[in-house]
Amino acid sequence: MVDEIRFLSERVAKGKLSRREFLGRAAVLGVSAVLANNLLAEAAWAEGPVKGGTLRAGLNGGQATDSLDPALIGFDVQFIFSRQWGEQLVELSADQELKPALAEEWGGSKDAKVWTFKIRKGVQFHNGKEMTPTDVLATMERHSDANSKSAVRALLQGIDKIAVDGQNVVFTLKDGNADFPFIMNDLHLVVQPNGGKDNPNEGIGTGPYKVTMNNPGVRLGGEKFANYWRDDRGFADQIEIIVINDGTARGSALQSGQVHMINRVDPKVVELLKRFPDITVRNAPGRSHSYFYCQCDTAPFDNNDLRLALKYAVDREEMVQKILAGYGSVGNDTYVNKLYPLFTEIEQRIYDPDKAAFHYKKSGHTGSLLLQISEVAFPSAVDAAQLYQQSAAKAGISIEVKREPADGYWDSVWGKVPFAGSSGAGRPTQDMFYSLMLQSKAVWNETHFFNDKFDQMLVQARSELDADKRKKLYADMGQLVREEGGAIIPMFADFIDATGPQVGGWVSDGNNQSMNGYALSKCWLQA
Amino acid sequence: MILALIAQRVALGILLLLAVSGLIFAGTQILPGDVAQSILGRSATPVALANLRAEMGLNDPADVRYFHWLFSILHGDLGTALTSKLDIATSIKERLWNTLFLAFWAAMISVPVAVTLGLIAVRYRNGPIDKAISGFALASTSVPEFFIGYLLVYFFAVKFQFLPGISMVYEGMPFLDKMKAIALPCMTLTLGILAHMMRMTRAAILNVMQSAYIETAELKGLAAFDIIRRHAFPNAIAPIINVIMLNLAYLVVGVVVIEVIFVYPGMGQYLVDHVAKRDVPVVQAVGLIFAAVYISLNVVADVASILANPRLRHPR
Repeated sequence: MVDEIRFLSERVAKGKLSRREFLGRAAVLGVSAVLANNLLAEAAWAEGPVKGGTLRAGLNGGQATDSLDPALIGFDVQFIFSRQWGEQLVELSADQELKPALAEEWGGSKDAKVWTFKIRKGVQFHNGKEMTPTDVLATMERHSDANSKSAVRALLQGIDKIAVDGQNVVFTLKDGNADFPFIMNDLHLVVQPNGGKDNPNEGIGTGPYKVTMNNPGVRLGGEKFANYWRDDRGFADQIEIIVINDGTARGSALQSGQVHMINRVDPKVVELLKRFPDITVRNAPGRSHSYFYCQCDTAPFDNNDLRLALKYAVDREEMVQKILAGYGSVGNDTYVNKLYPLFTEIEQRIYDPDKAAFHYKKSGHTGSLLLQISEVAFPSAVDAAQLYQQSAAKAGISIEVKREPADGYWDSVWGKVPFAGSSGAGRPTQDMFYSLMLQSKAVWNETHFFNDKFDQMLVQARSELDADKRKKLYADMGQLVREEGGAIIPMFADFIDATGPQVGGWVSDGNNQSMNGYALSKCWLQA
Repeated sequence: MILALIAQRVALGILLLLAVSGLIFAGTQILPGDVAQSILGRSATPVALANLRAEMGLNDPADVRYFHWLFSILHGDLGTALTSKLDIATSIKERLWNTLFLAFWAAMISVPVAVTLGLIAVRYRNGPIDKAISGFALASTSVPEFFIGYLLVYFFAVKFQFLPGISMVYEGMPFLDKMKAIALPCMTLTLGILAHMMRMTRAAILNVMQSAYIETAELKGLAAFDIIRRHAFPNAIAPIINVIMLNLAYLVVGVVVIEVIFVYPGMGQYLVDHVAKRDVPVVQAVGLIFAAVYISLNVVADVASILANPRLRHPR
């Protein structure tokens, strides 16, 4: 049977069978859609990438205000464009493993305090200069500098000193950190000539495409860099990003063939889009989560029974079905899911009005709770809040939903009010995530979770090199957050992209949207 | 006499502009949040925010920043966007050109069509033709613009695929390609503003048609269309020009919804993006340009009315 499927998938790759027919036959043979799609991707690779042409993406999340400075990457288009022209020291594969990029290899000392990265030779910047360890050093300096406005600065604060040693760059940390190489994968840490100290906005990197057009919020474009150092990407001669922030317009641009791929498909319209035979919906389970938070140190939420009541009062399955249209998975109030390394499954919390009512009664709280939310907290956030309101009402908990204006939500509502909506993209490791979100002194500790035991375990796990012991620590921390934390996390949302008929080479990558941002350089245009 | 009048209007317009610039600045100060926070978004740490604020000179008092800006704009320098670091004048030039291009062609189609339809409606007033014209125009205006836009995209771009649903235009694009790209937004805008101008033309002419001299014209045996064209229309032109100018101003400053639907790189989207990011220099510059467009179109309307109607030259 597998042979037959393979044969059929090769025929698709050669263009002798339509994708839809193939999936139909695969279903008859009892092959799951996921496996069938993977076989298709394999066959397409075997057939070989096609070079040439202009690959166009219609993307959400670009503004006229976007700059090219990697330190300021905040939104989808900036991120995806940076993936085309720039690179980091290391890369994350689709199965969450670190792979060499601008660093050929790396290693840490026994106490995980000293990390040495061997920088690849013979890599050219788009301005013709060779990339050197000095450029890497300068990049790290610029992002970790006390005056830096880089979003990654908080993660780099554990660095004591950075030095160049021949072809190596050596990081000495204040405390051991077994996950340090993952930090080097951070999307902001694009290596630039002299670290971008001269002009951070010039858009010169080592990526497969050099910037030829930068019209922020409108159109961005790149041309294949002739001296690019590897051949597993950069197949199209040119790439183009057209910023289309309107979801309907994005869908129609894909349908009419004006673009080859789009990002951020609204779960509500996935089924409609699937009706078009030429369009393939590409969803990848990821780490991004949509949730409600309450502040653990603010009355009435300083009562753990009330927090538990709120956690039992949310109908997770219903949220995944109604808000994500099934394109996601249920959350367990721990922020992390099985896409994180060293993840341990903890018993799934389910909707239980009786338990919610029990804890609510025990908390002694009366009156309604004000939940402040806006559409920008996460897609369909207001709908989700209303579902929450209804499921909580069944447990006798009264939630008052207040819709806040989208403009200024992250400035003046999120983090400032005790009970609100939020969302996060996740991070490659549990340590990175917890350090930013839950450590007592963490910069984005929106739940005001100040727990000494948690902090101790976090530090202990960070320098622990024994994987089993680390895994145990993370499991305990997850348990602690689940029981005492301030986040009610009903769901993890899939990344949903869609491609037109000509796109080859797509693989599922849940690290981020659009194949972790690499779709434009790793896909190609089929003839 | 006329020159003095025009000079007076222009001077008033400039004063008005100055007032508007103050208002815009005050408005941007009232908005919650600041530019540093909006640029860094949620990934902002307090230190990063403070650093960015200092770099952008946001720590100066508001009045200092306002006069600093005013001073440079009087020297022809619109400044640099706080967010993207791009030169504002360069960015605006292309965007403004796009906006004017779309507005021009929308006006080229809608104004003659609206006025002609208005004349026809008057000629056959209260008959089925009049009712049909008014009915169609009012219906197309009553439906929200974005809905018309989506309908046109659905049929012309997705179903029949002969017009692009994404109106991407860029510098150096061949003229005919450009026209094809703006076909759908142009149609949408035309349908949106047609009724206002058409109904105003009809009302203004009907008003004149009550006059004694029209009766005289009828009695001396002129054809119905000739009466409208030669006697009624010239006397009704002032209010018609006024409403046309209002709609032209709308085409320039108010089409952000259309820009979003058709992904058209015009001024509206540019302004909205920068308001959301609290990028004050850009908001100021765009606001000023919009105000200038509005004010100058109104001056044009005034002057045209005066030229068309000698009575207005001698205010009592």
